[in-house]
Amino acid sequence: MRTLLVWMAGGLTSAALTPVALANGWNMPVGVTALSRDIYSLHMIIFWICVVIGVIVFGAMFYSLFRYRHSRGAKAATFHEHTSVEVIWTAIPLLILVGMAVPATATLKNMYDTSEADLDIMVTGQQWRWRYEYLGEDVAFTSNLGTSREQISGADEKGEHYLLEVDEPLVLPVGQKVRLLLTSDDVIHSWWVPDLAVKQDAIPGFVNENWVRIEEPGIYRGQCAELCGKDHAFMPVVVEAVEQERFDEWLVERKQAAAQAAAGVDREWSMEELMERGEQVYGAVCASCHQPDGSGNPPVFPALAGNQPMLDDLDWHVDTVVNGVSGAAMPAFRSTLNAVEIAAVVTYERNAWGNESGDSVQPSEIAERLADQSE
Amino acid sequence: MASHLPPKPTPQHSTATAGGMAEAEHPRPSGLMRWLLTTNHKEIGSLYLIFSLTMFFIGGIFALVVRAELFQPGLQLVRPEFFNQMTTMHGLIMVFGAIMPAFVGLANWMVPLQIGAPDMALPRLNNFSFWLLPVAFTLLLSTLLMPGGGPNFGWTFYAPLSTTYAPPSTTFFILSLHIAGISSILGAINIIATILNLRAPGMRMMDMPLFVWTWLITAFLLIAVMPVLAGVITMMLMDINFGTSFFNAAGGGDPVLFQHLFWFFGHPEVYIMILPAFGIVSAIIPTFCRKRLFGYASMVYATAAIAILSFLVWAHHMFVVGLPLVAELFFMYTTMLIAVPTGVKVFNWVATMFRGSISFEPPMLFALAFVVQFTVGGFSGLMLAISPADFQYHDTYFVVAHFHYVLVPGALFAILAGAYYWLPKWTGHYPHLRLSQWHFWLSVIGVNLTFFPMHFAGLAGMPRRIPDYALQFADFNLASSLGAILFGASQLLFVLVIIKCVRGGEKAPARAWEGAEDLEWSVPSPAPLHTFETPPEFHPHQH
Repeated sequence: MRTLLVWMAGGLTSAALTPVALANGWNMPVGVTALSRDIYSLHMIIFWICVVIGVIVFGAMFYSLFRYRHSRGAKAATFHEHTSVEVIWTAIPLLILVGMAVPATATLKNMYDTSEADLDIMVTGQQWRWRYEYLGEDVAFTSNLGTSREQISGADEKGEHYLLEVDEPLVLPVGQKVRLLLTSDDVIHSWWVPDLAVKQDAIPGFVNENWVRIEEPGIYRGQCAELCGKDHAFMPVVVEAVEQERFDEWLVERKQAAAQAAAGVDREWSMEELMERGEQVYGAVCASCHQPDGSGNPPVFPALAGNQPMLDDLDWHVDTVVNGVSGAAMPAFRSTLNAVEIAAVVTYERNAWGNESGDSVQPSEIAERLADQSE
Repeated sequence: MASHLPPKPTPQHSTATAGGMAEAEHPRPSGLMRWLLTTNHKEIGSLYLIFSLTMFFIGGIFALVVRAELFQPGLQLVRPEFFNQMTTMHGLIMVFGAIMPAFVGLANWMVPLQIGAPDMALPRLNNFSFWLLPVAFTLLLSTLLMPGGGPNFGWTFYAPLSTTYAPPSTTFFILSLHIAGISSILGAINIIATILNLRAPGMRMMDMPLFVWTWLITAFLLIAVMPVLAGVITMMLMDINFGTSFFNAAGGGDPVLFQHLFWFFGHPEVYIMILPAFGIVSAIIPTFCRKRLFGYASMVYATAAIAILSFLVWAHHMFVVGLPLVAELFFMYTTMLIAVPTGVKVFNWVATMFRGSISFEPPMLFALAFVVQFTVGGFSGLMLAISPADFQYHDTYFVVAHFHYVLVPGALFAILAGAYYWLPKWTGHYPHLRLSQWHFWLSVIGVNLTFFPMHFAGLAGMPRRIPDYALQFADFNLASSLGAILFGASQLLFVLVIIKCVRGGEKAPARAWEGAEDLEWSVPSPAPLHTFETPPEFHPHQH
């Protein structure tokens, strides 16, 4: 019996501590949009409804356990049904649920209203990065994990935003209604930022819609929520919300940067230049599957180091990178990488880790090929 | 109706060789062959329970690998590829290998005893249903050793991660699930045939103990949904090996279709794992309150209501896949409705305790912990039903906390309660009291330390199925991992209790518990190999 008392005391203590815990940020974030606040308040209403029901039910239960103990000589009553009581405790929960369904329905309708957006962003999930395309603005880029492998393995100290940092965040203007159009190139991913209360699956063959109107400038972090393969834990989402003016400036800067990155398609690149650029691209895009040392992860991800069929057939190698492998995990990179990057990474793969083909591909050849293909 | 039929009086099909009366003339095979060929419901029940316990420990070791990797941030012990295989195998083994066979084992043992039947209606089929399971799970476990590793796409195996992007062993995974599914369907047929045909004369449907009722309803659920699972994994098989595109968007297929089919199976499956638990707890609480179960009829109707609703709620697992608004609303409302019959059950249990004469033997401790902890899982389920809020909860550790509360401190505790309750009937001895109490308290502490912090981790933003996490989740994960070690280790005490109980201990009379009333307590303890060879007298006032 003493143990039962200990248990009850423990239960009461944890119930009493719950508000403290909630105050200390163990709870759902309130977020920075009108919708996220609505969702938070739905969450808290249903939470307190559960707490109240819990106190009543567990109170009655523990009272009975305490009061009607056999060891204290309690004699059992003989009643075993009571129609009106049973009707009441069926009806009351029903009424509570109807009361809960009303605000939930209103919020849901609001969430589904993606009309009249000021800005459209195409969000594409890829194993294991996000690609953002500002529709009508000619700006597109991929957003990769910014945390180093050394931090993950424990060789370096972990930073403040460990696993929740990217090389290039999604930049959005505050106060604007931004529509997100979500899809995927490979498996199902799910784009989630808790502070924005947006979570939406990105599914191959589908374009899902969601929207967000951020009220405060700031950096908001989240990550992929749907198991998408081995690096599911390593595809964060970072949204940087900025004032409209700053956003317009950023768009201009971004376009210039993209033009610079694609520059040099026409000139002749030296082997060293290609290898240097290729190593960067390989590390950002290819290494998560084929490994930094090209050893791969057979049988799903073949090794590239010492891959003789690949070294024997340059044309096949380029085609695989550009168009992917149908029915397998290798994606097509024709829309993700520019001609310089494709040329560099193919050259790198053919000449790194003991691969000594000695051949290289020029960006101009790739550009020609991409042009032919798109015709 | 069927209840007026006499139970099968001739038990010639109730043992491996000949059967009850002829047993003396025909020696039974001994050793391995005895177990391989047995058609006795008690022996097959024991086989199921031992199999389930073995799988429980294998699945538990996988869970501990997961918890060990999550002990602190960073990748320390396993690679993400292997981590994903561990989470997947843990789920598959626990759902299909531990919880479901445990309930089937309890049904094998107790349903004939509770309805006064000499055996299951289809004893040879019973043998076959059991022996399919070791085959299925040996095959499933062997995929871990195949090139590319075992299933790594979660126990929900969403396409196309489980088809186009899956390891080559997936075809074997599909085969093993087919075999386990056949086992479940055959088992369900057997249980339905037994309950409908072999009840003691005079026992009407509304006289049956609730464990029998909940299993009857569960068996219908199994027959309804296991073929859907078989269908969806066959479609996967076709996509992987025969070039179809059911779930491949590039070929015009539909990855969301997979989820509709899977959850049309999956949600009733969830209730398959909880309804028999309701039955066990509904037997134990009245016994140790020395008072009849409150609201027997409403318990039966609530169980049936939950079973019917279970076919109308599947898309609440898919609130963020981009369903149309109307579907979202429909599934939110139906899901909320489930709280009503579930609430009725909890209220009935509490009303049974009210003005009872309550004692706290080990089965009662587990049953009471079930009521509290299952209700906690029910509360988080109610929260998850609120579709707008689910956009924040979905695929986070909040969901992991929710379904583990329902399945571990819920269903598993009910199974443990049932084991403690019926061990005197099975072995003739009471389980060792002190050890049982230690097992209970360590399990309660361990299980809550493991799963309660997961609510906070999920709300704070931690997705499920990740091998590494951001630093703000570190404390929650540390607590969960410590709890998991405690919970896992304390289950070894359970094994010790069972071994001691089989070997000896305080002798139990036929009616091992003072307040126990069902028919199983009218046969000696331990129950002889053959019981109710002549139908018992049944007095239908007991409910």
